[in-house]
Amino acid sequence: MSTTTTTPPAARPAPLSQRPPGSGFRRFKNRSATVVLTAAMVLAMIPLVLIIFEVTRRGIGVVNLDFFTQTEPPPRREGGGYAAGFVGTLYIMALAVLMSIPFGIATAVYIVEYGPNRLTSSIRFFTDVMTGIPSIFVGLFVYGLLVIGWGGMGFGTFVGAVAIAVMMLPIVTRSAEEMLRLVPNELRNASYGLGARKWQTIVHTVLPAAAPGLTTGSMLAIARGIGETAPLLLTAFGSGLIVTAMQGAPQGAVPMQLYRGAGQPFEAGIDRAWGAALCLFVLVVLFTIVARWIGSRASVGSR
Amino acid sequence: MRNGRSKLAVLAAIPLLATACGGGGDAAGDGADGGGGGDLSAQLTGAGASFPDPLFQDWIYEYSNGVQPGVSVNYQSVGSGAGVEQFLEQTVDFGSSEEFLGEEDLAAAAEARGCEAVQFPVVFGAVVIALSNPDLDGLVLDAETLAGIYSTEITTFDDPAIAELNPDMDLPSDEIIPVHRSDSSGTTYVFSHYLTTEVESWADEYGEGKELDWADGLVGGQQNDGVAQGITQNPGGLGYVNQSFAQEADLAVAHIVNEDGTPIEPTLESTIAATGEAEIPDNFQFSIDNIGGEGYPIAGSNWIFTYTCGYDQANADAIIDFWTWALTDQGAQDLAGELGYAPLNEELTERVITELEKTNSENGGGDADADTGAEEDAEATE
Amino acid sequence: MSTEAPEAPQAPEAPRRGTLTSGKGRLADPIFKWVVAACGTIVLVILALMVIRTTTEAWPVFAKEGFFGFLIGEEWTAGGSRTEITGTYGAWPFIYGTLITSVIAIAIALPLSIMVAVYLTHLAPRRIAKPLSYTVELLAAVPSVIFGLWGLHWFLPNVMRPFFEWLEGAMGWFFLFEGPVRGVGYLPAGIVLAIMILPIMTAIIREVVAVQPLEQQMAAYALGSTRWEVITKVVLPASFSGIVAAAMLGLGRALGETIAVLMLIGGSQGWGASLFGTGSSMASHIAATFGESSPETRTGLMAIGVALFLVTMIVNILARVIVWRLGQFTGDAAV
Repeated sequence: MSTTTTTPPAARPAPLSQRPPGSGFRRFKNRSATVVLTAAMVLAMIPLVLIIFEVTRRGIGVVNLDFFTQTEPPPRREGGGYAAGFVGTLYIMALAVLMSIPFGIATAVYIVEYGPNRLTSSIRFFTDVMTGIPSIFVGLFVYGLLVIGWGGMGFGTFVGAVAIAVMMLPIVTRSAEEMLRLVPNELRNASYGLGARKWQTIVHTVLPAAAPGLTTGSMLAIARGIGETAPLLLTAFGSGLIVTAMQGAPQGAVPMQLYRGAGQPFEAGIDRAWGAALCLFVLVVLFTIVARWIGSRASVGSR
Repeated sequence: MRNGRSKLAVLAAIPLLATACGGGGDAAGDGADGGGGGDLSAQLTGAGASFPDPLFQDWIYEYSNGVQPGVSVNYQSVGSGAGVEQFLEQTVDFGSSEEFLGEEDLAAAAEARGCEAVQFPVVFGAVVIALSNPDLDGLVLDAETLAGIYSTEITTFDDPAIAELNPDMDLPSDEIIPVHRSDSSGTTYVFSHYLTTEVESWADEYGEGKELDWADGLVGGQQNDGVAQGITQNPGGLGYVNQSFAQEADLAVAHIVNEDGTPIEPTLESTIAATGEAEIPDNFQFSIDNIGGEGYPIAGSNWIFTYTCGYDQANADAIIDFWTWALTDQGAQDLAGELGYAPLNEELTERVITELEKTNSENGGGDADADTGAEEDAEATE
Repeated sequence: MSTEAPEAPQAPEAPRRGTLTSGKGRLADPIFKWVVAACGTIVLVILALMVIRTTTEAWPVFAKEGFFGFLIGEEWTAGGSRTEITGTYGAWPFIYGTLITSVIAIAIALPLSIMVAVYLTHLAPRRIAKPLSYTVELLAAVPSVIFGLWGLHWFLPNVMRPFFEWLEGAMGWFFLFEGPVRGVGYLPAGIVLAIMILPIMTAIIREVVAVQPLEQQMAAYALGSTRWEVITKVVLPASFSGIVAAAMLGLGRALGETIAVLMLIGGSQGWGASLFGTGSSMASHIAATFGESSPETRTGLMAIGVALFLVTMIVNILARVIVWRLGQFTGDAAV
């Protein structure tokens, strides 16, 4: 190493501080572990790359303006698009957002601003538990409750939206709770100091301060909800036509139409399904990235 | 600062919503400018069998784009069971099923609606046995060997039972991998109904249905495409599919021995021949079993159900016009042929149209009329 | 993201203001409180409704088969009646399919996610660690139906099938890898499930590993440990319960996954030990047969749903209890 020392260049061991720790074998283990861990990282990335590549390769040729503005012809005919699915997804998601996000945020407000007590603890616990409920079970539940059960409403947009809202609710609640906790207490105290009531403090101070974070959580929930297929199969049921009725007629959605289209043996229909997969993927990733971006800006601001 | 950020968050969300809305807003262009000069206007809903669904979708597309732009038909392939159920509950304008309505169901329908229901067949379709190995195109099979294959008693293509049917063919010793539909479907019903009528041991062990408790070791495929992947991804793959699929994917198909002992290639002609073989009584309660002559034996039919009263006149006109068009128009018949479905022969068509025209013929049945009128208004989808 | 104690410090109480308890806005505070509290209890109401409603719907099947008879029954024959239960309903093949695919998924995803988490926290250059972990989590955003489509059309024929054939050739004597290879089956469904649950497990483990106290690690380095030794002897043992929790949450996801499994599991109603065999999971069987089922069969499917709910509930509750006892909950990852 150093050539300018006065000591003779004998086989004198390097000082401990300059020596990598361990014997040769231990160092070998260490180095091979590094290689293995890096390989694991690469391995974990491969599926994502492959999926992006394959979905883009097969989907890109189909997606054009018509794809968003026309309804789908029978599977074996070319052209047309997923307008019905997009309208259905938009419709269902709009209703689901209206149903889940206000309740989710209100729940989080209750937990953070009025807790902890026994009720908030159990709400927190069951919200956590609810994030793990299988989506197909949510579909069955809404089917049993609203489609045939006490509601007896039949398949349609509204019941589909209820199912998606039930999927989204715990996600919104959990993330909103985190975001509200990040709001510094100084803000609350300042608001009280100005004579504001508690509800005024929450509505005018806490929620605006947490707004970017709440947006993040809501968008992640939407990203999750958009891609759901299973619960819709049992509630919205699917339609190839544009449906504007809130309830009473089966409604379509992109993931469902894609799932059914991919199941038909006709090339044109399968191509369109790949196109829809690409759109869905881009949409979900866009939502996720924008949400994270807003979220990361927000967390920088609050620290 | 904070306020600025929250605005930013909102701003970030706007373009997304805007594009999404834009997509939705323009979506009405259905391009229904085709000729036809139709003057009917109605929205029909139908539900039922999945077996004829590809054809129904094509018919509906052609009809509402070219013939009667004012009529939209929403057909949901919910399966025969649900089709009958929804028809009896009067939530749809017409129902459809792979099985005709029995006396019990007809009575239930008459009681619920206050007038008789009519049923009539509209199309026949064949289920073909597709093979992965192109060298095996034209392989002859009969009901017994098919049952043997699907109950895993026959496991290789050079099994003596198959060899006996194919004396001139050089059979490989590949293992047969039978593929079935894993979802419940009318195709499975037609196939298993055939085996059940022909093979006693099959009837005892597996029976017929839209989903079966298949033997172990079979491959299941989700929908037609799943079956297609199951067949093509396995060298010894063999599966039952709608005729249209085998045509589309250009797969090798097996010839099936019919009641008269003749091996029949599944073609449009042989399916039509099969329908000619079937004896069809006046009440249209029949099944195409035990087909001989030049007929291809694995075939199913599809019935449409309507009521003789209780429709808005516009809807009734549209129902009659749509099905008359589907049964008589040359273009519609050609579509059926392209998709591998066999149209009815002329004599049967006439009988069916006579039956079809009974739809709503006894109207004026009082409150039932008002009820469904209201319901259809609520169901209006556009 | 952030990590805080399970019950974070309470928000400050609004001052009690005797002077302001009268006047126009006097009722606003209690009303606001009751409104948000009511919203909060919706979760509990929904869960209660879920249990009641689905159990009621499924009751005729449980009444006929008995609850445990339903769980261990091997025969599933769907009846077509509109009013009564005529078929035989045994859910064991589907329960087995769910368990075996989930176990495969965990067996693959757990070691991989631990390694990825350790890489991200201890090895990755600081500059790329964050983008990398976002990218892995992006995988969680891919809708399940896309996994199914890609798995069936590309991954299965091009990657998995050659691998299975090799595996069958090398290990075919072992009952788990007994041939023949059919393409779809338990193993491909399990592998794709592993890809799907990898992000959530990685995210949780990464957070748990990242918060292990630096002092202990420094002390271990000072004693002459290599990085590998620090990771395996200090960091991972201390993260054990967090890793268990991550595995449970991943398992919860895997148990309920529907569409991708449906497209890859091969959908038969039988079951067998070989991982190359075909079967159905509880969720996939519901989705596959729901569309054309008779009212009677839907009762049976509802009963499968109840069983699935019970299994996932148990797994999830266990996981949550472990996570809560850890004292640090990870909000971001669970989403």
